[in-house]
Amino acid sequence: MIYHNAKLREDLFEKPELKPTRDGFGQGLLELGDSNPRVVALCADLTESTRMEAFAKKYPARFVEVGVAEQNLATVGSGLANYGKIPFIASYATFSPGRNNEQIRTTISLNNVPVKIVGSHAGLSVGPDGATHQALEDMALMRVQPNMTVISPCDAEEARKATVACAGINGPVYLRLARAATPTITTHESSFTVGRAELMWESEHQAQVAIFATGPLVYEALRAARDIGHEVPAVVYNVHTIKPLDRALADVARAAGAVVVVEEHQRAGGLGGAVAELLAELSPVPVEFVGVDDRFGQSGEPAELLEYYGLTAPHIANKVRAALARKIT
Amino acid sequence: MISEQKIKDIEGKALGIRKTIVEMLTAAGSGHTAGPLGMADIFAALYFHILNHDPHNSEWAERDRLMLSNGHIVPVRYAAMAHAGYFPLEECLTLRKFGSRLQGHPERLRLPGLETTSGPLGSGLSQAVGYALGARMDERTFRVYCIMSDGEQDAGNVWEGAMFAGTYKLNNLTAIMDRNNIQIDGHTEDVMPLEDLRRKYEAFNWHVLEVDGHNIAAVISAVEQAKAIYEKPTLIIAHTIPGKGIKEIEFDYRWHGKPPTKEEGKKFLNELRTMSGTIESEHQ
Repeated sequence: MIYHNAKLREDLFEKPELKPTRDGFGQGLLELGDSNPRVVALCADLTESTRMEAFAKKYPARFVEVGVAEQNLATVGSGLANYGKIPFIASYATFSPGRNNEQIRTTISLNNVPVKIVGSHAGLSVGPDGATHQALEDMALMRVQPNMTVISPCDAEEARKATVACAGINGPVYLRLARAATPTITTHESSFTVGRAELMWESEHQAQVAIFATGPLVYEALRAARDIGHEVPAVVYNVHTIKPLDRALADVARAAGAVVVVEEHQRAGGLGGAVAELLAELSPVPVEFVGVDDRFGQSGEPAELLEYYGLTAPHIANKVRAALARKIT
Repeated sequence: MISEQKIKDIEGKALGIRKTIVEMLTAAGSGHTAGPLGMADIFAALYFHILNHDPHNSEWAERDRLMLSNGHIVPVRYAAMAHAGYFPLEECLTLRKFGSRLQGHPERLRLPGLETTSGPLGSGLSQAVGYALGARMDERTFRVYCIMSDGEQDAGNVWEGAMFAGTYKLNNLTAIMDRNNIQIDGHTEDVMPLEDLRRKYEAFNWHVLEVDGHNIAAVISAVEQAKAIYEKPTLIIAHTIPGKGIKEIEFDYRWHGKPPTKEEGKKFLNELRTMSGTIESEHQ
């Protein structure tokens, strides 16, 4: 059942409100415009689709158009942060942090300046644009850089909160966003703390499998837990912060005895990799991975792509059964 | 006008910086020699006349900012900073050693006064551009300087930064290009021809000046002129001799990326002390 204290939307399964996480970012940035004069926004020719437009209109003197130049986006952002601003730099995740990875490494992470890298259109749910525009390795790229915080919000409301929280982190942050309109899971009252995974689904009896999900697929994980509940008691955690990963997840894994990780990303290097590293060290239990299996995406509608690549609730349920079967009892 | 005596003083500082460069590179046993020696005059002019700075308060809010894009020539900056009083001269001998604040390529967080972290070529100009843009947003009056190499003009990021600075008319930014014509694989015009650099930057809406990079009065005059340009950023193309001051190294691209051996170090120091044999050294 939905964990009461998570204060999720009550109509979650019946009539979900659909909104892309990038919308929440746009709203959060607007709030920051009012509350934090150090915040500036830079964009690489994608102002509307990364949802920087409202900020750009309201604060034209604090908005900087960089053009289609992602290396410059990162380095100009680095210079602004070094000076004393808090720059949010936005593009599609395939280009930033894809194309400009070295600039981010040297001038932002090693330099340890508070640039907020906003990678929109991450994951397969980009849809018709196809593989060139579907970032499936961005969390892996960002997670291995020292000083970097990596956040992947589950819905628009959480993206709003994450955006506001980003500005308060005195260092570089990668914020992962998606294009598609996805169910809003959380409410204004739901808690969000960087670095703390949120319990969203609990089982009546001791959980036999723990599901750790990130991004909009948290919704699919919740559906899977609901649908399989009569068969396998499970808990679902929303792991919005990939780095630093909440080490308390190791205790959850130990108690359940098996884990399923869910993400719209390559299975290698993202949340799955981070969880596997943590569990190998602290509580080695069987882990099943729901993610893209060393392949590129392709054109299609978001729903059919998620289905084809095995990322929807029924696939997650199957992985829960597989994890259960591997449990050492 | 700057007095002749002042110019002589700065030339004396440049000589001291060159000696320190040879000493530190010889001690390090690795690093770049030609670039730092070639830029000694410009760094002496910067640290002993041009920059508004305080060696004892490296974070002074109103200081001019000096960004070094081609981080591999950082020995010249370390030497100039030490001579200016940022840290003891002896510390220069820790260059590239474990635990040293003087990393092989500059790291802002390790040594106060470096302003940024650089080394991978092509990204320093854009950092300086971002810094200058932030300063202009807040109507700050300090100036931002960026030293870059000619070889790194191969990198697309440089031109992204140049286009941006020209578009945004960043007149608080002055870039100085070390035009020494060499890079690791050979002469710049053989590896990947760069000319016509002046017209390229002018087409990107920069004000471009060219100077003899070893003529300190000319360098200072060009920097002063840049301050008077209100509508554009300024690029000063400083024509320099790689390895300047040591005959054996001058013009030889093979000295781009290697240090002197102990024997060579001794010989080169002697050459610098005797000003190429024109005066007698007290160490002879």
